[in-house]
Amino acid sequence: MARVAVTVPASAKRGEIIEIRTLAQHAMENGFRHTQTGELIPRDIITQFSCSYNGVEVFRAELHPALAANPLITFTTVASESGTLEFKWTGDNGYVATHSAKITVA
Amino acid sequence: MGPETRAMQDDETTNPALFSLLDGEALWKRAEGASAVACAGCHGDGRESMQGVATRYPRVVGGKLMNLEQRINACRVERQKAAPIPYESKELLALTAYVGRQSRGLPIAIEADATNQRYIDAGRVRFERRQGQLNLACAQCHDENWGKSLAGTPIPQAHPTGYPLYRLEWQSLGSLERRLRNCMIGVRAEPYTYGAPEMVELELYLMWRARGMKLETPAVRP
Repeated sequence: MARVAVTVPASAKRGEIIEIRTLAQHAMENGFRHTQTGELIPRDIITQFSCSYNGVEVFRAELHPALAANPLITFTTVASESGTLEFKWTGDNGYVATHSAKITVA
Repeated sequence: MGPETRAMQDDETTNPALFSLLDGEALWKRAEGASAVACAGCHGDGRESMQGVATRYPRVVGGKLMNLEQRINACRVERQKAAPIPYESKELLALTAYVGRQSRGLPIAIEADATNQRYIDAGRVRFERRQGQLNLACAQCHDENWGKSLAGTPIPQAHPTGYPLYRLEWQSLGSLERRLRNCMIGVRAEPYTYGAPEMVELELYLMWRARGMKLETPAVRP
């Protein structure tokens, strides 16, 4: 099971800059390592992360083999209206993880 | 450990060991073995029943010195009638981290007494004995030169307060034994195998040295 952890403030003032922290459980096998018997370990990483706010994409990142396991992505956005933040991670071997969080903007 | 690493460790939402804790909790509740009983079947809610347990290990149980991993496996074999989980596997680390987490913030409570004194002494001898091609004892770095730096990394005083911990270099959770084996390989000595009595004695000695310090399991280290 793909576990993720997302921290979003439950409420914010309109126009306030909010910090969003996301952590995804993934080994991020970079595809350059070999086993003890010399076989190449195939690449298995998260390749893309995106966040949409009420259906509008506000953040996207492409991930590459140099990234650490369990990637922690922190970014900010402006709290414009109450609604839902949708997070999506996609990667090699059909990896997909999604999460959604609600925010109330006063 | 720098301030960034400490911040990462202390915030539950950025500590990458979080996932292992969740895995550990799932394992805690899963029925295992021929007895088809989960850890929770006897011990109930681990968040309550396991409070402070990790501060007392390694300890002598039934005449044998055991660390927390060995205690968990002993319970599996005797009570659950299941196969022991291999050392350093994700499952064993997750369960150990879950049990350890319940003692976070509590002082390490190893006390020297008639049952464990000889093991502490044996661990101390090993800590102070030169070994390996570099002919170095643990004590030469961690007692005599702590606070200085080794290739840019500060030498700590060997207080194992946060195991099993997430080491950024490892990109995963690892046990104190893995860390000790690292150091032994570093001085070109042949490391003890996982679970060897010599290893557990050394663990006990180090935990005894750290008595009174607060447990940080699962810690994050560079």
